[in-house]
Amino acid sequence: MAKIFIYCEQSTGKLKKGAIEVLSNACTWGSEIHALIVGKPGSLGEAAAEASKYAVTKVHCLENDACDTYSPEGFATVVANTAKAESADVLLTSLSAQTKDFFPRVSVKLESGMASDCTAVSLEGDTLKATRPMYAGKCYANVEFSGAKPAIATIRANALGGIKDSTGTGSDIAHVAADAGNIRTKVVEIVTSDIAKSGTIDLTEAERIVSGGRSLKNAENFTILEELASVLGATVGASRAAVDAGYRPHKDQVGQTGKTVSPVLYMAFGISGAIQHLAGMRTSKVIVAINTDSNAPIFQKADYGIVGDLFEAAPQLTKDFKEALS
Amino acid sequence: MKIFVCIKQVPDTETRIKIASDGNRLDLAGAKWIMCPYDEFAVEEAIRFKEKNSDATVTVISAGPERVKEALRTALAMGCDNALQVALPENADSFMTAKALAKSIAAEGEAHIVFTGKQAIDDDAAQVTQAMAEFLDMPAVSVVLRAEYGANQIQAEREIEGGSIEKYEAPMPCVIAAQKGMNEPRYASLPNIMKAKKKVIKLVSLADIGVTADEIKISYSGFTLPPERAGCKMLEGDVPTQSKELVRLLREEAKVI
Ligand SMILES: Cc1cc2nc3c(=O)[nH]c(=O)nc-3n(C[C@H](O)[C@H](O)[C@H](O)COP(=O)(O)OP(=O)(O)OC[C@H]3O[C@@H](n4cnc5c(N)ncnc54)[C@H](O)[C@@H]3O)c2cc1C
Repeated sequence: MAKIFIYCEQSTGKLKKGAIEVLSNACTWGSEIHALIVGKPGSLGEAAAEASKYAVTKVHCLENDACDTYSPEGFATVVANTAKAESADVLLTSLSAQTKDFFPRVSVKLESGMASDCTAVSLEGDTLKATRPMYAGKCYANVEFSGAKPAIATIRANALGGIKDSTGTGSDIAHVAADAGNIRTKVVEIVTSDIAKSGTIDLTEAERIVSGGRSLKNAENFTILEELASVLGATVGASRAAVDAGYRPHKDQVGQTGKTVSPVLYMAFGISGAIQHLAGMRTSKVIVAINTDSNAPIFQKADYGIVGDLFEAAPQLTKDFKEALS
Repeated sequence: MKIFVCIKQVPDTETRIKIASDGNRLDLAGAKWIMCPYDEFAVEEAIRFKEKNSDATVTVISAGPERVKEALRTALAMGCDNALQVALPENADSFMTAKALAKSIAAEGEAHIVFTGKQAIDDDAAQVTQAMAEFLDMPAVSVVLRAEYGANQIQAEREIEGGSIEKYEAPMPCVIAAQKGMNEPRYASLPNIMKAKKKVIKLVSLADIGVTADEIKISYSGFTLPPERAGCKMLEGDVPTQSKELVRLLREEAKVI
């Protein structure tokens, strides 16, 4: 049976949603599943308990005082050493700012092949099958791994269809003093943005996104989209034209030179649907477009369309969703 | 003081993707090739460093076939001093690319800073920065929005989820991967473009740096285009009617709310 290791990112002692998505789905594959959590000694109890709720063979808490904050070198050393010592066949994680950063180092340490940002993964016998988008989602390809074991893949948030119910019975939790190697650079400070402080989910993790374009005309008008987003529990995004005009910060930009998102619901208000915008959101499950121009290219990629003025439609939708969801 | 900047040549963002008839590669004939947009920020950052440090020289490196010379000439025209092409086959993966770049840099002497772009917009793998740093045995900070360069250390700010910022202090030598917004890349002037055409681009073969074909750890097959959607359902009537119908459909048909 394949031995599958899943690096589960934690933040202030809690597992990230993406980590639970990968862990809970892998637990349905009928393989031997190991969860890896990294942090300083004494800080991982809650995260380990959460991981042990799933049908995991073992939860490995890899502990070192130097891992109190994130460092690419330290985290790569800890994860690579464990995967090697335990003869992992497959090493998976949810794609995030952190795993995107240090997993390439793990692949070099292990001389393993790595597929980034996969939208589908499965096991065929003991072999990992992965599919990933390229050219900002303009095409997909299957990945064949020819490097040393483990085969490594990072997985896009929501690609596995969200978190599966827990089926475990409380698995073994091991606390291990881990060697973090030579750390030359680590996070010395985190400046939390207002968005992160407010608890709003990041665009890349959001299940629902309400996005606006140039046609919003100014920053203040985005309030009508924020109101809708708050009713839907959605995160607000923007086109590059809206970002370049200064209506929204760059971190809100969806598209080829912004964020790649894959929510369950993407609502585009007054966005024409340029190829570079589609590149960032075309894998969304359901796309709704609201545009005054019935020939706007966005309608070719949408599932539902409203030809109309967003300044009328957005407040009306806010009202109707509020009623429907109450 | 040796500064390196690694760039990739990629098809521009308007390129229509065509899959070759065997399904196992892309047909990129007719693509317009450009320097990866993120690498422009890396080149600009390297040139600005040189402008402030008179003893610095900037070497721009690209790994790939003959055509990458065009991107190297663009970087020379922007202000890089020397250019180096590593003859890398088209099917090289991130592992092999990172190793080839690292070995070519090491062969040129001691690096002070190596700049890259945060991600190439063709394969979107975003692996080469940290993988190359691992081969070079250097620290690295990726997705950098701002960096300040001291005599022996770099203070760098990296963008993470939700627009929050991680601050790092890294000793030199160090690898820095540029995010959009790190600076405003310059346009090359016509005289500089003409001068860049005459510069010699050094060619490095894989044999020169001891990298072999078995360094490829992943390969691609079975390319597909994104699945087409069933078609857009246009909602009829006035705005209140359309709105209520949309809420109903999202709930009962699409089942997403
Ligand atoms: C290298 C490169 C990278 C790029 N990267 C990105 C990227 O990451 N993300 C991105 O988004 N773009 C990107 N672009 C830009 C992209 O090509 C488009 O210019 C941009 O997406 C257009 O934004 P928009 O749809 O808001 O504006 P426009 O194209 O101006 O469209 C506005 C739309 O609003 C509609 N409209 C107007 N008034 C109303 C109203 N009252 N109600 C409803 N609808 C209305 C119009 O019919 C129109 O369709 C990139 C371009 C390049 C060259």
